[in-house]
Amino acid sequence: MENKAAVSFRHITKAFGSKVVANKDVSMDIMSGEILALLGENGSGKTTLMNMLSGIYHQDSGEIFVNGEEAYINSPKDAYALGIGMIHQHFKLVDVFTATENVALGMDKKTTGGAKEIAKAITEICDRYGFDVDPKKKVYNMTVSQKQTLEIVKALYRGANILILDEPTAVLTPQETDKLFAVLRNMKADGKSIIIITHKLNEVLAISDRVAILRKGEYIDSVITSEATVQSLTDMMVGQKVELDIERPEVEDKQLRLTIDHLTCLDKYGVTALDDVSLEAYGGEILGIAGISGSGQKQLLEAVAGLQEAQDGASITYIDPESGAKEELIGKSVTEIKKRGIALSFVPEDRLGMGLVGAMGMSDNMMLRSYEKGHSPFTDRKTPRDLANRVKDELEVVTPGISTPVRKLSGGNVQKVLVGREIASNPTVLMAAYAVRGLDINTSYTIYRLLNEQKKKGVAVIYVGEDLDVLLALCDRIAVLCGGKLNGIVDGRTATKEEVGLMMTNLNTEEKEGE
Amino acid sequence: MIVSFIHRAIMQGIPLLFGATGEIVTEKSGNLNLGIPGVMYVGGISGVIGAFMYENSLPDKSMANPFLAIMIPLLCSLLGSLIMGLIYSFLTTTLRANQNVTGLAITTFGVGLGNFFGGSLIKIVGADVPSITLSTTSKFFSAHLPFADNMGWFGEIFLSYGFLAYLAVIIAIVTSLFLKKTRTGLNLRAVGENPATADAAGVNVSRYKYMSTCVGSMIAGLGGLYYVMDYVSGVWSNDGFGDRGWLAIALVIFTVWKPNFAIIGSILFGGLYIIHNYLNQFFPFIPVDMSTQELIKMAPYLVTVLVLIVNSMRNKRENQPPEALGLSYFREDR
Repeated sequence: MENKAAVSFRHITKAFGSKVVANKDVSMDIMSGEILALLGENGSGKTTLMNMLSGIYHQDSGEIFVNGEEAYINSPKDAYALGIGMIHQHFKLVDVFTATENVALGMDKKTTGGAKEIAKAITEICDRYGFDVDPKKKVYNMTVSQKQTLEIVKALYRGANILILDEPTAVLTPQETDKLFAVLRNMKADGKSIIIITHKLNEVLAISDRVAILRKGEYIDSVITSEATVQSLTDMMVGQKVELDIERPEVEDKQLRLTIDHLTCLDKYGVTALDDVSLEAYGGEILGIAGISGSGQKQLLEAVAGLQEAQDGASITYIDPESGAKEELIGKSVTEIKKRGIALSFVPEDRLGMGLVGAMGMSDNMMLRSYEKGHSPFTDRKTPRDLANRVKDELEVVTPGISTPVRKLSGGNVQKVLVGREIASNPTVLMAAYAVRGLDINTSYTIYRLLNEQKKKGVAVIYVGEDLDVLLALCDRIAVLCGGKLNGIVDGRTATKEEVGLMMTNLNTEEKEGE
Repeated sequence: MIVSFIHRAIMQGIPLLFGATGEIVTEKSGNLNLGIPGVMYVGGISGVIGAFMYENSLPDKSMANPFLAIMIPLLCSLLGSLIMGLIYSFLTTTLRANQNVTGLAITTFGVGLGNFFGGSLIKIVGADVPSITLSTTSKFFSAHLPFADNMGWFGEIFLSYGFLAYLAVIIAIVTSLFLKKTRTGLNLRAVGENPATADAAGVNVSRYKYMSTCVGSMIAGLGGLYYVMDYVSGVWSNDGFGDRGWLAIALVIFTVWKPNFAIIGSILFGGLYIIHNYLNQFFPFIPVDMSTQELIKMAPYLVTVLVLIVNSMRNKRENQPPEALGLSYFREDR
């Protein structure tokens, strides 16, 4: 077997600082011409391991062999020279450059030729594998899927034979995912080795030949995909039995809590991001919002939270659960909304930007939401500290201490802190955007459980998600956004994935014209 | 009168053009060098020191060799501003210090250094006035084509400057082509826009940052040299350089990071900088008193603010500052 391995890791160890060991004595092989899925929870060291292969990091100890020879990869340039290309989760593209310029970046003009030659080569690669890239298009005008395609073309152009994809489907629609998988199969048929890092088990089963599992920085085992199931992979990944069904408890008494009428919002470039959307949210239900990222989800939630200006003619009404009094939210600032006792909670998409302050510890972050309470000139540090301790215990946040800057925690733990804080404020309406993005399966289920608990308490939960399987399993109703327009609301119990996927991409115009 | 105004505006604009071109090169790598005023100041005083040494080594000033009289101050000036650029690069790129703080420190340091050496030279000479005159060197720097004087307005507007003025325009054009057309320019722009991407594409981010900051500083330093050797005819007096360094940084914003625009922009800024002196001549029927003149000195800055507003309203992505401007890059940042 050894001679057929495209890449072999031997006893790789990598630590960040003195405390965090990202990889510990990892030894594994990637065969040539196979699609290997690298599976593991958050912080299990998948991306770190791959970053060492692509030259972003360098291992503290251990060796990497590429095609049987020991490789010294000190920079991305070395990796390219060995035929290793990585498609990062956050695309490594320059927005103001064209596709061609991005491909040319860092390469010698002698080997690439001018812009025309590069454009020609791009078209050739596209024809060969079935992509579509416009060489003259600027990256900031591209969709997420187009950017990803460009990244793959860029790697192939540099002669990559070993392609690493970090969470490639996180931002794609089901249709785009299928297209990507078709391309990956083409590349495999062409003899390329592909490593795909992902959390989504059904995709692992659909695309890969073999699955390698990492847990807490250590290599556990690898299995042939055809012999694995979702349950067996989850158990290996987590190291214990995990309950995989998402609950959808029934709540009898549903009360109207929030009405959104004719909401139109512009994005920061003045383009209409949300177009005449009307919605209702009920207490005791989870309302899912589906849509390709950038279809107006952000504007919808931020308009309710008082962070986004709405165009004239819109109205957002909040109905108080105790008095039944109606409050108009549009035109009110966040502070006003809070002062009027409107119990809104918002778990924003951008956890460390909008949700928490990265440089502050858990207890200080808890205080951000309560610092206005109390009347003495000094801040009350005890209550937030107690809350921080409670959240830490109840949600099993892994942190060296409640005063450790939250930036240093892993993504899942950061999210637990944020959700824990928002829930602790006893909201009537709880909004969560991509609450499980980048989280491992175990933490994701914890988050779903927390949302369900809130639902049972009569809270109106609005959940913006990207994984349709989860939306369909968790939500009572799903509102589908397409290009900023509300393209219909479906019942989570009866709708199918294909139906929702289609609604996300094709605006249902016929029906509206017929009316 | 118009001709002499344009002539003075160009004279006034050349140091700004040097400064702005240097700062554009620097900023394209993502380094916001607010030390440019200090760098230009050091560029000036280094040239003065070089010229002073050379002039004093001659038994008789009429024996000065034109080549040496130009090359010694020129190289001293380049060396001085190179050192300033190196200090800035070392602090921000290697040690990853905050760029704004470092830049302001460089400005303070550069001006202080210039005044220290300037003051020392004045002491050595023991002059009655607080300035030092290097007219021999200046004569070579400001020498222009002999037939320019006989060509009327054309000669005065286009041909009546020392060689550094033409060098400034050439450098601006070459820089513009370099950024737009060459692969190295493409890589440099990528470093300023998105260093992680450039790094992943195999571009040596630190090397590009060092190179562009140092080369940028050297270009900017020439602005200081031009100012003392040509514009003020070789008379160094402490703090005489004024706020031209800051104006150069404003010019960078005004020209939306395009060196070829900076050529016209610098003349416009130069004109706005001195227009208060010409108002009474242009509009004799409107009396302009001293306080109004002071107000009119705001013009270049007001124009910059206006450009900033218009630019952010138009929101064209190509006209925005480099995206990673002012941010330090560390590959293993998580």
